[in-house]
Amino acid sequence: MTADIIRLDNVTKVYGTGDAAVTAVADASLRIAEGDFVTVIGPSGSGKSTLMHILGCLDVPTSGAYSFAGEDVANMKETELARVRNRRIGFVFQQFHLLATMPAWRNVELPLLYRDAANRKEAAINALEQVGLGDRVRHRPNQLSGGQQQRVAIARALVTDPMVILADEPTGNLDSASSREVLGILTRLHDQGRTVILITHDPNVAGIARRIFSMSDGRLREEAAA
Amino acid sequence: MSVLRTFETGLRGLLGHRLRSILTTLGILFGVAAVICTVGIGQASAQSVAARIAALGTNLLTVTPGSTVSGGVSGGAGSAATLTTADVTGLQNKSDAPDVQAVAPLVQATASMVSTTSNWRTTVQGSTPDWLTTNARSVATGSFITQSDANQRAQVIVLGATTAQSLGVSVGDSITVSRIPFTVIGILQSTGGQAFTNGDDLGVVPITTAQDVLTGGSPNSVQRILLSATSSDTVGSAYQEADQLLLNTHGITNPARADFTITSQSTLQSTAQSVTGTLTILLASVAAIALLVGGIGVMNIMLVSVTERTQEIGLRKALGATPGDLLRQFLIEAATLSFVGGLLGVGAGLLAGILIPAFAGIAVAITPAPIVIAVCVAAGVGLIFGVYPAARAARLAPIEALRAE
Repeated sequence: MTADIIRLDNVTKVYGTGDAAVTAVADASLRIAEGDFVTVIGPSGSGKSTLMHILGCLDVPTSGAYSFAGEDVANMKETELARVRNRRIGFVFQQFHLLATMPAWRNVELPLLYRDAANRKEAAINALEQVGLGDRVRHRPNQLSGGQQQRVAIARALVTDPMVILADEPTGNLDSASSREVLGILTRLHDQGRTVILITHDPNVAGIARRIFSMSDGRLREEAAA
Repeated sequence: MSVLRTFETGLRGLLGHRLRSILTTLGILFGVAAVICTVGIGQASAQSVAARIAALGTNLLTVTPGSTVSGGVSGGAGSAATLTTADVTGLQNKSDAPDVQAVAPLVQATASMVSTTSNWRTTVQGSTPDWLTTNARSVATGSFITQSDANQRAQVIVLGATTAQSLGVSVGDSITVSRIPFTVIGILQSTGGQAFTNGDDLGVVPITTAQDVLTGGSPNSVQRILLSATSSDTVGSAYQEADQLLLNTHGITNPARADFTITSQSTLQSTAQSVTGTLTILLASVAAIALLVGGIGVMNIMLVSVTERTQEIGLRKALGATPGDLLRQFLIEAATLSFVGGLLGVGAGLLAGILIPAFAGIAVAITPAPIVIAVCVAAGVGLIFGVYPAARAARLAPIEALRAE
């Protein structure tokens, strides 16, 4: 827990122009150190998804500075952002976003294809074993339960050995048993020293983190540490 | 992303959507096969129409002696014996007259023919083996006069169908022509009658025999020279070559004072040109429509493919794919579909080219040009309509692509 991986300074994101302009994130500043476990909680429409897109380098801020692992990502070109996403960030989405035509290990292998890695299959199977799906390597997403699908998605986020795991409502589509399983895996990853950022609307979920931020009408505020 | 891996990803994308890939391939396959077949059938029909019109004599030219001008009094066309066997030899020279296919000298007289059962009076022409080509005729039974017949002044005759029937003779029978015995060696295929002359009522003998015993006159002079051009397209140049050659041979510098006339069957020729022209336009439009329909099918499926995979595109971007990676992936998918479809289409077209003549009795002429054009257009259509939506999707912001339903 030394250097700050994420330094967000006075970041604002505005969609649209003129009268139709909507400020999704207003003047947000944030420091996340390596190995932190952070949750961002807020109701839908509070701007937390926009914040997550900016943190995940899927979108760039309208104004403000954003440095990720020492790199200024606020002014990067699309190809450079793609490289940062591929090398440094592991995404877990609410909708899982697995490709239905591929078996689990091919889904996990996907990010490795965009970095010309060797031994991709071994790495994919290894990541699946880490999330307890070593026996589901050749199953297609439609042969897996929702919780198992989300674990495949976590394995896909892990396989590149990223600096940050960014999970956007990972339990939003899951029953409570599967939710506990998924949150358990995220907690374990944090215990292993990974930086985890979890975005949720559920206060019970938010409570597992070390630091909790709340988002409301585009304003980011740090709650008392748990 | 390496080229090999992009290829693998593209092919995996196709295999992941087998039904759609097969449908797209089928669209291109039928488009290409349809073009090859329609153009093949059309070319075969055009060839057969051209051959039938050529059988009427579109590529034939006739040289007749021009009017003699003596003391300002014209003797009328054909009144002077200005054509010689030397002219015939000159016209047979391939380097001077490359577009002239065959040359036949002609002398003719009217003679009485007598068989064992009847007698008949008709035209007897003396010529060489090229008479068949230069008259666009063929032999029905027996054979035609040969060069050795001409060399030996053989007393052999080939009869028109009407003449043979009237005399009641067949191949191998003997008749007399102007009281001189001849052996019938062949009967000509009937022409069904032509304007002005009845092509089925005549006899043909070797030119040397005719000059000896029927027409008399100098052995070097001929009454007419019959020419056939290599095709109906080269009649014009054959005409020019013959005209120039005869002017030179006869030492005439002013073409207006030529002592010969060359006539062609220009009406037939223009008919032939307009018929083949119409056929070509008809075929080209049928082929174009077939390709267009195939292309629209490809476009539909490609657009659907990219639209339904917007989420996949968004996910791949989130995982680190650059716009270039995605563009290349879809380029390879589209190119593979088009290429495989095009190849299978060529196979299907060639197969149809064998099956259609066998079962429907329609000739199909397979030529390389429509195959190459059809495959290129199909591939081009596949790429354009496959890549454009992909390029649009590749430019999409990843979060919007991920949110797409």
